[in-house]
Amino acid sequence: MKSLQRAWHRHSPQLFLGELLEKRWMEPIIPFTLTIAVFLAFAVMIPRYLTAGSLQELMRNFAEQGMVAVAMAFSVLSGGIDLSVGAVFAMSNFLALYLYLIVGLPLPVTIVLVILFGAAMGAINGGLIAYGKTRPFLTTLVVLIIVRAAYNKVTVAFTNELASIDSGSSTWDFMGSGRVLGIPVNMLVLMFLAVGTHFFLTRVKPGVHIMAVGSSRKAARHAGVNVKRVLFSAYVMSGSVAALAGILYAARQSSSGTDTGVGWEINALAAVVLGGISLAGGRGTIARAVMGAAIIFMLTSGMVRLGISGNLTTAIIGIILLLAVGFNVKWVKNKGKVLQKVYVTPSWVDFEPPPSVERGSGTPFAENDRLKNAEAIALNMIEGPEDVILDRKDNLYTVNRNGSIIRFLAPDYAVREEFARIGGRPLGLAFDRDQNLLVCIAGMGVYGVKPDRSVFKVTDRTTRTRTRLKDDSRLYLADDLDVAPDGNIYFSEASTRYELTDWALDGFEGRGNGRLICHDPKTGITRTVLKNLTFPNGICISHDGQSVLWASTWLCQINRYWIAGPKAGTSEVLIDNLPGYCDNINRASDGKYWLAFVGLRTPVYDLAMRNPVFRTRMVKQIPPDEWLCPGINYGCVVKFDDNGVVTESLWDPGGLSHPTITSVREHKGHLYIGGLENNRIGRIRLEGADPNWEAHVSYWGRA
Amino acid sequence: MTGSSGARGPKLTQTTAVLAMCAVLIAVFSIFLNGFLTLGNLFALARNISILGILALGMAVVVIGRGLDLSQVASFAASTAIAIILMNSGYATPVALLIGFVMAIAIGVLNGFLISVVEMPPLLTTLASSLAVLGIVRTTAVQHYVVYLSRGHDEFLRLGGNIWGGVPISILIFAATAVVVHLFLSRTVIGCFVYAHGDNPDAARQTGLPTRPLTMIEYALCAAIGYIGGVVMVAQTALMHLQVAESTIIFDVIMVVVLGGVSLVGGRGNVMSVIAGTLLIGVLLNGMTIMDMDVQTQNIVKGIVLLIAILLDSRLHPRDEETSKQGD
Repeated sequence: MKSLQRAWHRHSPQLFLGELLEKRWMEPIIPFTLTIAVFLAFAVMIPRYLTAGSLQELMRNFAEQGMVAVAMAFSVLSGGIDLSVGAVFAMSNFLALYLYLIVGLPLPVTIVLVILFGAAMGAINGGLIAYGKTRPFLTTLVVLIIVRAAYNKVTVAFTNELASIDSGSSTWDFMGSGRVLGIPVNMLVLMFLAVGTHFFLTRVKPGVHIMAVGSSRKAARHAGVNVKRVLFSAYVMSGSVAALAGILYAARQSSSGTDTGVGWEINALAAVVLGGISLAGGRGTIARAVMGAAIIFMLTSGMVRLGISGNLTTAIIGIILLLAVGFNVKWVKNKGKVLQKVYVTPSWVDFEPPPSVERGSGTPFAENDRLKNAEAIALNMIEGPEDVILDRKDNLYTVNRNGSIIRFLAPDYAVREEFARIGGRPLGLAFDRDQNLLVCIAGMGVYGVKPDRSVFKVTDRTTRTRTRLKDDSRLYLADDLDVAPDGNIYFSEASTRYELTDWALDGFEGRGNGRLICHDPKTGITRTVLKNLTFPNGICISHDGQSVLWASTWLCQINRYWIAGPKAGTSEVLIDNLPGYCDNINRASDGKYWLAFVGLRTPVYDLAMRNPVFRTRMVKQIPPDEWLCPGINYGCVVKFDDNGVVTESLWDPGGLSHPTITSVREHKGHLYIGGLENNRIGRIRLEGADPNWEAHVSYWGRA
Repeated sequence: MTGSSGARGPKLTQTTAVLAMCAVLIAVFSIFLNGFLTLGNLFALARNISILGILALGMAVVVIGRGLDLSQVASFAASTAIAIILMNSGYATPVALLIGFVMAIAIGVLNGFLISVVEMPPLLTTLASSLAVLGIVRTTAVQHYVVYLSRGHDEFLRLGGNIWGGVPISILIFAATAVVVHLFLSRTVIGCFVYAHGDNPDAARQTGLPTRPLTMIEYALCAAIGYIGGVVMVAQTALMHLQVAESTIIFDVIMVVVLGGVSLVGGRGNVMSVIAGTLLIGVLLNGMTIMDMDVQTQNIVKGIVLLIAILLDSRLHPRDEETSKQGD
């Protein structure tokens, strides 16, 4: 039973759901499947729906509605709305017929004039909305009424002329009823229009500005976008596209009825919303508008073919619009919240009671005062020295929160200089054979700094896990690294699901989200060596160079992965059930290893780790500042040997000057202490340690 | 003190300006239009504007609370149609009217629910709900556009008649409604809440006003008052034509409200503004009818007047576009 529960928490479907919701294709996939479903439903219900003739007819009737939806999409994406598209469409239809067939203008002139008319109507809308600061909805609604009334007047006035018109030239007929490769001409125009407008909105500056203004008018203004002109242009585009649809409709129908374009604005609006374009603006694509229009068109035309009354169709469109808008509004508002609630998926972690850390308990972990009087280097000159390292000239390097590498010059470390600025949040440090300083950078990957201070990228991606929904090829949270004798760089990626700032959430999950990655500088290939590791943190190549030691923070384990020798390629747990959360591991002068404890285990937190349901509830129901957190207000460092035996520990009781120790580095008889959140680097003399031992000599020999 | 007088300034001037404009218009029409200044035409004018005025009173409640109800006409058309069908099928007149009333209120509450709880933009919500309501009523109850009130409801029809030698009862109903709405808005706690809600919805919510129920009350009141207008319409004509919902009446109503000085930013205006707006639009419509303008031309003129009104309103009462919600 217990193992079943454990398996459930390990492979929770929630994991899949959380990563699914994060996908960018998640939102368009809803209208897409809906489109397919509606199409298939009608294909089943209506006989001969799938014949070539029927499909051509469908496309021919759909094209103009699709265009009107594209016109609507322009205004909605800009953060407004254009209800006049239906009326502009109808009026353009009349104008095209009138100018071409009654007045007898040449076709190109007609097309240009009609599109100019649409642009002019858009200019009225846009002018009032952008420069007159009126409300888009009401303004375009009134323009709809005016244009509609004018349309009704002129069609009545020209009834006789329109009834007796002769269909014009062959070009005109081709526009109306021609086909290219079996696809009706107007459908082709829609396709080109959709591709073109998509390109315009995503790749061309004025189009991108429309999206920017829709996303956040304020941000766009601050970025120097001329908001008024952009809004104006969005409505002009909208009007022009509606006019284009009117021309094609005129060529196809050669008539101008009283109901032409009536209610098309509502259909277009429903289409846009159903396609998932946010009414708040800036969110959505043209493709979604066309998909939404396809759904609405298939519903309306299909219901007509099924003999359902027009009244019911109106009611259904109204209800669909209500549902789609409601969903749209709620989704945009709560997506982040839903994602946050679904995303964190705690797993089941069983802990044995840890060895005692009581003062005088006799265990190697017993509390003492050895770090209490550590000398403070660089006090208040550094922010968050996660890792420290010393070079051949005894200079001290450390990482800073702002993304730079700071160097303190030997011998007294009083002079601070910015060695390199990389960005991100630098974490683990290591020197390679050529004295390049390699650094793991959370959010960026692994970078290096040459002795001449030039920065180069080592790697920022690895092999993608094919079975996983989330794209984990980019490095999320590279944490610590070390260089093997053959020059291969082994580094840990603590989590592929959380950023550094959310490390506590990864802790609540206690899941194997991290991995051990190897980069070969000779070939430039980066590959994942081990995956599904629980917060792999510190990395250290063993003294004999045959294995990689890595620390699992949340499981409180030290693991060994063999890279050479008879057991190469296998891994084993070296130390289990440590009393603290392990961080960086580094070599010690006596053939052992230093290990920093970033925090200490507490019985309460251990209990919580055994109860994933509790942690889920905690994350969902109470605010973050009241979450149960691992105890990190301690300062403790331990030493262990190659057999996994812990031999001694050094304490700063209460973590007064060194809480949350993340790194300890031995150099010439001294121990240097770094902490993730600290404002100093600590140094103590190590009694009895080899005063000439230097780490890089241990790695690379004397220069 | 300066702040409050500043807020009062444009409101008062707008109402008085509209009344002055109205007086000028009446004067011009009286001189140039034959038959404008006759008792018969004035009573006809009163009859016509009373319905418009009643509807505008309802709309004003919503607009003061920073909303807008495009479904008002659809809602009263649908619910009075149901009431007529019930009356025709033998229900007692009060019972039938009450059922229609409850239906109108239900539509209003539904609108308010969608707007306040689901947080949909008011204009879209009411536009879509009017489609849905009309569509449902037409598929289930009213197959054709028109419902006639059958014979034998003379007492009810008297509501649409005249008393005291020609004074239409509908104008009295308008007056009574105006008094009630005025008392509600200025003398009751909920009325004050409506102003607070429209003035600054966030502040209202944060000071603890029940803004969600309040929104529902506003839309319910709008629908209810609209229903009264609908009943008066039925009493005058003995029928309900559902196409009224597709006509431009709703824009006349909005025009009245906006022109009178009940700004769309909310929290401004009062019943006096509505009366002033009603007079102006009523006179304008009446004049256009006497001039024998066709409906389409009237629509164009009304549309242009409304555009100017909206433009002026956004000049006089600017809103912050960077924080305003979509669909306004």
